[in-house]
Amino acid sequence: MDKSFFSLQEVESSYGRLPVLHKVSLQVQQGEIVTLIGANGAGKTSLLMTIFGNPRATHGHIYWQGKDIAHLPTHHIAGLGIALVPEGRRIFPAMTVAENLAMGGRNSVYASVDLEKILEMFPRLKERFKQRAGTLSGGEQQMLAIGRALMSRPQLLLLDEPSLGLAPLIVKQLFEILEEIAKQGMTIFLVEQNANHALKLADRAYVLVNGQIELSGTGAELLDNPEVKRAYLGSL
Amino acid sequence: MTAYILAQQLVNGVVLGAIYGLIAVGYTMVYGIMGMINFAHSEIYMLSAYLSTIVLAVLVYWGIQSPLVLILLTLGVAMSMTALYGWVIERLAYRPLRDAPRLAPLISAIGISLILQSYAVLTQGAKTKGIPTFIEGVTRFGDAVNNVQISNIQVLILIIALCSMVALNFIIQHTAFGQACRATQQDRGMAEILGINTDKVISLVFVIGSAMAAVAGLLVTMNYGSFDFNIGFVMGVKAFTAAVLGGIGSLTGAMLGGIILGVSESLFAGLVNSDYKDVFAFSLLVIFLIFRPSGLLGKPEVEKV
Amino acid sequence: MHLKHALKDALLVGVLALLLFLPMTGIALAENYSFNARLHVPFLLAGMVMLGRFIFSYALHTYHSRQWVKRLIHREDRPRFILRPQRHWILLILFIFGLVLPFTLSNYGLNTAILALIYVLLGLGLNIVVGLAGLLDLGFVAFYAVGAYTFALGGQYFGLGFWGAIPVAAAIAALCGVLLGFPVLRLHGDYLAIVTLGFGEIIRLILTNWIEVTGGPNGVQVPTLQVFGFEFTRIAKAGGVPIHEYLGVAYSTAYRYWFLYLVLFLVVCAMIFVLNRLRSLPIGRAWEALREDEIACRSLGINPVTVKLSAFSMGAMVGGVAGVFFAAQQGFINPTSFTFFESALILAIVVLGGMGSTLGVVLAAIVLTLLPEVLREFSQYRIVLFGGLMVLMMVWRPRGFISLQRRQFEGAA
Repeated sequence: MDKSFFSLQEVESSYGRLPVLHKVSLQVQQGEIVTLIGANGAGKTSLLMTIFGNPRATHGHIYWQGKDIAHLPTHHIAGLGIALVPEGRRIFPAMTVAENLAMGGRNSVYASVDLEKILEMFPRLKERFKQRAGTLSGGEQQMLAIGRALMSRPQLLLLDEPSLGLAPLIVKQLFEILEEIAKQGMTIFLVEQNANHALKLADRAYVLVNGQIELSGTGAELLDNPEVKRAYLGSL
Repeated sequence: MTAYILAQQLVNGVVLGAIYGLIAVGYTMVYGIMGMINFAHSEIYMLSAYLSTIVLAVLVYWGIQSPLVLILLTLGVAMSMTALYGWVIERLAYRPLRDAPRLAPLISAIGISLILQSYAVLTQGAKTKGIPTFIEGVTRFGDAVNNVQISNIQVLILIIALCSMVALNFIIQHTAFGQACRATQQDRGMAEILGINTDKVISLVFVIGSAMAAVAGLLVTMNYGSFDFNIGFVMGVKAFTAAVLGGIGSLTGAMLGGIILGVSESLFAGLVNSDYKDVFAFSLLVIFLIFRPSGLLGKPEVEKV
Repeated sequence: MHLKHALKDALLVGVLALLLFLPMTGIALAENYSFNARLHVPFLLAGMVMLGRFIFSYALHTYHSRQWVKRLIHREDRPRFILRPQRHWILLILFIFGLVLPFTLSNYGLNTAILALIYVLLGLGLNIVVGLAGLLDLGFVAFYAVGAYTFALGGQYFGLGFWGAIPVAAAIAALCGVLLGFPVLRLHGDYLAIVTLGFGEIIRLILTNWIEVTGGPNGVQVPTLQVFGFEFTRIAKAGGVPIHEYLGVAYSTAYRYWFLYLVLFLVVCAMIFVLNRLRSLPIGRAWEALREDEIACRSLGINPVTVKLSAFSMGAMVGGVAGVFFAAQQGFINPTSFTFFESALILAIVVLGGMGSTLGVVLAAIVLTLLPEVLREFSQYRIVLFGGLMVLMMVWRPRGFISLQRRQFEGAA
């Protein structure tokens, strides 16, 4: 049995015959912001997808509030209070903003209330409420994806490279919003390539290299870490 | 070539198109959600002709006389039975092949198609079956020489088809299930992550498509009075053509595509040559798939690499 | 515990089967609204299904049987049994056997053998398109028809003889293959399948309706078989000399069949040889590359256009040649022999033969032709069986047997 809010223990997974995660262990406590940084292809997205069972973990455990969820079918995970803002946003392009948000809140009794709050948080979405999501800009789609995730009132919010492809100003806004969400009590697990913002925001961080956790520490520690600086914070 | 003849062809065409639309809906939904042409769909339609007739025969045997009751009961029972067939077929022949190479579910579907056809022959014989018409009556516009007529059965077909389409459209646009359908169609993985059991959604799509085909089966049987195990094949290709015409994946497209095909086929048969009307329909299919796969009403899509 | 689960499972499946079978098998429609109830049939069938499911759930879920099933299902890339040096002897023996066979068979047996060989040829042709190149052509029967009608109509209008017909039909069919292949190049799997189906049907409908040229549903007479001026008939029909008179032997209807069989057999052997060679030539590799991943093909510099066209035309050519033999055997052809059902049948041969495996296709064609003859009482279940086997084959081995046959990498590339 595990005491932490959310943790991976010695998780391994592969795409077909290609292994991607090697004995990955990490923890997230309630109310924390934890970030996972790493280069392209290190396995960050694979890690998040393994949490959802696609690809399924071949070894190890994934504990959520004390229960091992590693072998649950993908569609069971959302009902447990975990929401994902995936890489590439993956909003439903032919549906309107309203419908996308409704998709997130489909199993929540508080859907209409939360909708109001989210529209306040993202005024742009309120403007484009009836517009087809496929016509939104990258930044707006990202907001929509986050809003959709929040609509389900998750207890754990997973984000996969939310800053990818966005202009620096939008990225700044994005992280401000994440900080705000965290302040309201959300537990956040953030996977990012943009190490600078992520480490500044996070309480704790892990570094993923070739499917393995190489470093861990507080956000501040890793910001000062010379290796991290060289590998991930150089181009800023 | 008077306006009356033209109008008559139009009437016949719209009725024919309604039937095409009902079956096309099944093709378009399955293609939209799974990217696969369900070759066995037309045999489901054929099966429902048999099932409807069997139900009718039993009901008449039990002494039910009222046409309205007969139709409603037959509709309900035949739709349920046909839906069950659709569900079983999906579970047995398509679901195991979700992650198989592209050709596999296609070939499996053809296998099912063969099974269903021979199933009909083995259980009911290869001879044409028929039912006597139990709805008489024709409405005539015009005089005895120049007229347009529409039979009561044709009116009934239009009404039932319209109601079915409206009901289906409502389900897809305004219910949670319909939402789940659309989400699964646009991004299946994301739908799963959001908590949608896409396997169930897909099963239900098959069930609904089969139910709509069942309606078509009953209507066609009532209209023409006869059928055999072979009616599925040509109908299937034409219904798929209708789905393509209206933009594959789109529900309203399938319905409209049906009408368009029905009317144009009818006009061709009446005005040009009725022997080659099947060639006409098949040629439309070939031409559109080669030159404009998004159909008349759909939007051209870029092939994702 | 386990038993209870299996029982419940079987019961559910049994009820489901009963619901499914009850209307169609339990009630046979007769005239008007009358029917004959055979309610014992669905119960019987449901019972069988229930039993089968119970055995499956219970017996096959013990540890050992599960391991056995797992090995059966997941057996990949195990080398086939044929050892290299002995292979040549086996082939030689089979070849001689094939040459000698016709003289031991009755006319009925001969007819069946010829039919089997025709289906072998058809299977080989479609195998190129579907099995090797991965293009689902559902209108293959059109090329078969083209070949047959080329001979028949060619004989009727242009005096085309048997020997002449073979290359001419091959050429015309190959041309048709290119003509068909060209517009459908950009189409992917499902659309390709249905467009080819459409084409096949259009051809058949034209053959049926263009009565002035093709004789329509009444068909066309095939010219009397003539070989170097010799005929196989009792009395000369087309100005040649009946061969039995020339040789001074008694007339027998078998001569014609022997001739057809032997020529066909040689053609089939030649085809098998050529196809095997092609597999290791660049074009054969290109076909397989196309089947695996078209986009990767393009990025490797292989032009999918020419590859697809070559597959289509080669397959079509083989189909056309098969058509000539069919026409020669039947003596008379009409459009009913060229329905979509034939295409589905040939597809079944390719699928059951393992999609890409030459040996498999040959075996499948022979078995599928012989089976209904051998098991006469069960011949009405033939189609259900084919369909069921196709589905089972896809669920078990969606990629066919080709991965098992691919020759291992020998030495430097």
